[in-house]
Amino acid sequence: MPQSSFIDIKNLSVGYTSRNGKIIPVLRDVNLSITRGDSIGLVGESGSGKSTLALAAMGYFKRGLHVISGQVQFDGIDMLNIERNALQRLRGGRLALIPQNSGQSLTPNLRIGQQISEALRLHGDLPATSFDVGVIDLLSQVRLPDPVGLTDRYPHELSGGQQQRVAIAMALASNPEALLLDEPTTGLDVTTQAHIMELLRDLAKDRNLAMLYVSHDLGAIARVCNKVMVMYAGETVLTGSAKQVLLSPRHPYAHGLLVSIPRLNEASLPQALDGRPPMPSETITGCAFADRCKLADQTCHKSPPPLNHLETGEAVRCFHHDQIGQLNQKTEKSARSNPTAADKGTALSLANLAVSYSQPGLLSKLFAPQDTPPSTVDRITIDIKKGETLGLVGESGSGKSTILKTIAGMVPAQSGNIILNQAERLDMMVEKRPAAHLRQVQIIFQNPDDSLNPRHTVAQVLAQPLRLYYGLSGTPLRDRSIDILEQVRLGEHYLERLPSQLSGGEKQRVAIARAFAADPEIILCDEVTSALDVSVQAAVLDLLDVLKRQDGTTYIFVSHDLAVVKAISDRVAVLYQGRICEIGPVAAVYSAPFHPYTDALLGAVLEPDPDVAPRLTADDVVELSPPKTGCPFQRRCPRKLGSICETDIPTAQEIAPGHVIHCHIPQLDL
Amino acid sequence: MLIRRVLLGGVTVCIVSLIIFAGVEMLPGDACTQFLGEYQADEELLAQCRKDLDLNRPPIDRFAEWTQGAITGDLGLAADGTTKISTIVGDRLKNSLLLAFLAMAVGIPLALFLGVVSGLWRDRLPDIIASTLAIFAMTIPEFVSATLLILVLSVWLGWLPGIVLTSAAAPASEFFPEILLPMIVLSFVMCAHIMRMVRSSVIDVMASDYVQMATLKGVPYWQMVFRHALPNALLPAINVVALTIAWLLGGVVVIEVVFNYPGLGRLMIDSISDRNLPVVQSIALIVASVYVCVNLAADLLTMIANPKLRTMYMRK
Repeated sequence: MPQSSFIDIKNLSVGYTSRNGKIIPVLRDVNLSITRGDSIGLVGESGSGKSTLALAAMGYFKRGLHVISGQVQFDGIDMLNIERNALQRLRGGRLALIPQNSGQSLTPNLRIGQQISEALRLHGDLPATSFDVGVIDLLSQVRLPDPVGLTDRYPHELSGGQQQRVAIAMALASNPEALLLDEPTTGLDVTTQAHIMELLRDLAKDRNLAMLYVSHDLGAIARVCNKVMVMYAGETVLTGSAKQVLLSPRHPYAHGLLVSIPRLNEASLPQALDGRPPMPSETITGCAFADRCKLADQTCHKSPPPLNHLETGEAVRCFHHDQIGQLNQKTEKSARSNPTAADKGTALSLANLAVSYSQPGLLSKLFAPQDTPPSTVDRITIDIKKGETLGLVGESGSGKSTILKTIAGMVPAQSGNIILNQAERLDMMVEKRPAAHLRQVQIIFQNPDDSLNPRHTVAQVLAQPLRLYYGLSGTPLRDRSIDILEQVRLGEHYLERLPSQLSGGEKQRVAIARAFAADPEIILCDEVTSALDVSVQAAVLDLLDVLKRQDGTTYIFVSHDLAVVKAISDRVAVLYQGRICEIGPVAAVYSAPFHPYTDALLGAVLEPDPDVAPRLTADDVVELSPPKTGCPFQRRCPRKLGSICETDIPTAQEIAPGHVIHCHIPQLDL
Repeated sequence: MLIRRVLLGGVTVCIVSLIIFAGVEMLPGDACTQFLGEYQADEELLAQCRKDLDLNRPPIDRFAEWTQGAITGDLGLAADGTTKISTIVGDRLKNSLLLAFLAMAVGIPLALFLGVVSGLWRDRLPDIIASTLAIFAMTIPEFVSATLLILVLSVWLGWLPGIVLTSAAAPASEFFPEILLPMIVLSFVMCAHIMRMVRSSVIDVMASDYVQMATLKGVPYWQMVFRHALPNALLPAINVVALTIAWLLGGVVVIEVVFNYPGLGRLMIDSISDRNLPVVQSIALIVASVYVCVNLAADLLTMIANPKLRTMYMRK
């Protein structure tokens, strides 16, 4: 080794004591060493122990966890047996953390300036008089607009991207030598994420930092890390350079993870990684991954594989790492169902739909009737054919979920029509709709933890639509429930389980089963895979596709993930600030010519390939409300023509049949 | 927003007073039947009495007059037709306030302290002791704990007088030391409620991401507790404290009866059994107003103390 390691974790095992007194390990014999200038990506599904490992590098363990054995050293200092004062000086000093979900990691009652100057006071060598200057300097380093004004703000007044930048600024306050990043871009918009990744990349290079980057997002890892470590069930299963791991993974689990990611350059559905990781409390005799592995044989179930160090520099925990090539042949890409060729008519028409959340008070109605803010969603006209999947994409605040809620009757439309089956108008709010309409439109929400009643068993969840719409009870009810459960690939034995006894993917399957139990015409899917691990996401996408093929259901699929939308949709509408920018068949929207906003979104997507760099055209400013006149994207557009964009609503240019771009730029220049 | 809340509070008090008035009207009998004895009084005497007391006018007129009087602080005359209600109620209100303030002055700081301590040392000795005591305080009925304290502190040890003998009209200073025992019992009970609330709030906040972040930022423990954790943990306590204060001011009947303390609660009970309906009306009105005011104050305080709410109303 050319350099001695800076963060050095040796044979670390961490666990908690269960109720019956057993010690349950969540990290098992993990080794990790990071040198200066190195940035290591830590990858794995939720529950793989990656966050625990990152926090262990700071000598921190969540309540209930304790070290079973092993060592953690930072620049030669033993982090597990260190005096409290010295530990406090190191934490946030030489070793800084950028947390997951900055929105919750910033103290709500302290102003941004107070929180950053606290870091300066604790760790910096600045005199107290220059804290203010220091804070503003840090905020400008992370490229936040109006740093002076920001210091007086509270965390909740900032957007997610701004909060994340503040967290980065706070970590930089002490001039750290090592940075730990715990899923720092989860939940951010694609453009914001891409900008923050570029910022981190530059910082790491400029300051020769040692970086440990925890993420389940392989695209982000590919962008900032030069080495990758894959974890599974608390163990290291694969380490190698970013190129080795991401381009030709030597472990079946890493391989499975990579193929389960939907990609922009592929038209097919990603391949699901079946099964689920073992719970920490399960006893594992052989390889932890054997149950889910296509290469597994007798030996894999009998004895645990050692971590093999290969000549190429990789380390693999697999008996069959030389047979990975077979996985590619064994698995053919599951082709997505073709868009139903025969035109069976329109399932749902949205005609000039507008939605507004603002309810002007009496006073403003009387005194300034013209001063109403622009509608949140406006000019939405789409016909959705039977059996079609329409994808709605856009950043947060693009109005995509609002459109779904309006169709479902949870938000009233301001004007315009929603027409079901070319005849029935869905103008009423949900509580006034007749049961027949309710049955025909079902919705699946983003987070099954929130949408399933924690006290209802799966049987009770499924019984509700079956009783309500079909009057089933007794044995027919049970039979039908089992039938539906089997369709979502869950068996009869799931009937009596409570949501807390299900994994994330299983919960979402139950939510899907509930929607299908009504045998609806249209299913509204609101970010249904965003809360799931990639491997589970692939399985859920596949399930949705299979069910659609069986029942001919129509989907409206909302997601901020462009690759997911591409994988599942027949047609895509790109939304910005509640207005359609571009709509058309999937292949047409995802290839030139583009609306400038589509171009900005696609360019910002991070591919899990270290050789592909994102193109950042528009900046990631968050706009709170759409402009009053003209094009919705005018303020961020990198190709803005001039005043016409501010005054006139862009005309719809039909590029090809069904492919429409709303832009003032002439078709040939797009 | 603020104006709306105040107006709403006013409306609430109005509706409450209407309900009180209507309820009292609907009861069989009136001041005269009570005054003259329910069965012996002959019709002539009753009619004369009703004329004297002005009870023959329609209820709406009398309600309007009563409301007008109540707003200006004149609560009218008691059922005997001679004593001014404001004098009787005024003395009792003063006594109730005295007891309530003393109990708050001891109970609230103690509750906050114990809540924070048991939240920070969760499941350890200080928490176990404080939480167990709190459960006792909440589950044992007040009259039992009051009687026990009288038995121990006044009968056995003879440290404190077990019963209040001072007259209602006496100045505040004369209630010492008789007031101490009821105060101890009250602060014990209220302390338990607030403490449980503060404890769970502290535990939640200590498990939050921002406390973990502050720790990993290298903030020393006690600085983290005082700067990052407590300001957020104590926010939800404001409303519980407000409810407790309203409960204290509304007259704590049981305690007042056990200790023979001349407060509002006992006056209410006595007036009900005497059919002294004008007094009952007035007390109910006062209690309702206290509830509305205290809750309004709590909402206001929450709004000022919580940056999320504060910025919502100020930056716009």
